[in-house]
Amino acid sequence: MPPADDPGASEGTARSGANVIGVLGEILITAGVLVFLYLAWLLWFNDGIVGGQQVTAAQSQSRGWAKADQGGNETGSPDPAIPTVGKAPANAVQFANIIVPRFGADYQRPISEGVGTADSLRVGVGHYPGSQMPGGIGNVALAGHRTTWGAPFGQIADLRVGDSIYIETKDGWYRYVFRSLEFVRPTGVSVLDPVPDTPGVTARDRVLTMTSCNPKFSAAERIIAFSVFDTWYPRADGPPPEIASAVEAH
Amino acid sequence: MYAALWRILPGSTWVRVLILAVAAVALMAALAFWIFPLVQEVVAPQDVTVGAG
Repeated sequence: MPPADDPGASEGTARSGANVIGVLGEILITAGVLVFLYLAWLLWFNDGIVGGQQVTAAQSQSRGWAKADQGGNETGSPDPAIPTVGKAPANAVQFANIIVPRFGADYQRPISEGVGTADSLRVGVGHYPGSQMPGGIGNVALAGHRTTWGAPFGQIADLRVGDSIYIETKDGWYRYVFRSLEFVRPTGVSVLDPVPDTPGVTARDRVLTMTSCNPKFSAAERIIAFSVFDTWYPRADGPPPEIASAVEAH
Repeated sequence: MYAALWRILPGSTWVRVLILAVAAVALMAALAFWIFPLVQEVVAPQDVTVGAG
């Protein structure tokens, strides 16, 4: 290229070259900011804010039951040793709360019928359709997120033998006692059997199975928490002593 | 890119700042409620149930 060909053209090329690099730089910086926004959303907004919404939903549901109970139409179960078992509601209907003192003093989340992503799992805990209702003989099976979407089962691996897991319905509180964890493949449906891991056997005991993802932020495996029924507290008799202060606080 | 955006916007400096602030809030809301949930499905699928699903 001759040196004195056209100075204006080469200057323009240089400027547009710098311009391209400048725009590219701005795009890269924007992409970086978006990644940080995503992380903030994932770890702060999605866990904290959504989790707070779930607690609020559970509390208002509990208040509604308490108010309905004051109407005086409580019949209860004739035999206090035998828990009242509700009927399974329609899909996506919230019908219970789960309260786990090990997960925090103010931990409670709503339970919805079904394990649909948007209907149940993003607004709290899902109840496997066809599994037993709380207090019934057989297996009450619940699913919940371990990370993100409020992470209702975020501390499932922290459960210790003997920990209380309460399920509150309009009828009262059902106390289950945590027994063991199990890790299965995503196809391990036998954990949902009426007698867990024992297909084809008629249930005689009341058990609770909670499923979530394992490891955290992965869908490779499932973490399973088994609990056994201990007792129940009819609504007319008031909340269980262990969670009474938390229940009455709201 | 952002310099061109600033030049295109009408009004005084404060009007431009206001427009950009509103646009930023709208963008963040769209990201939080619509785009990031879709991104998460792809980046880190969350499957907490056992079974075929």
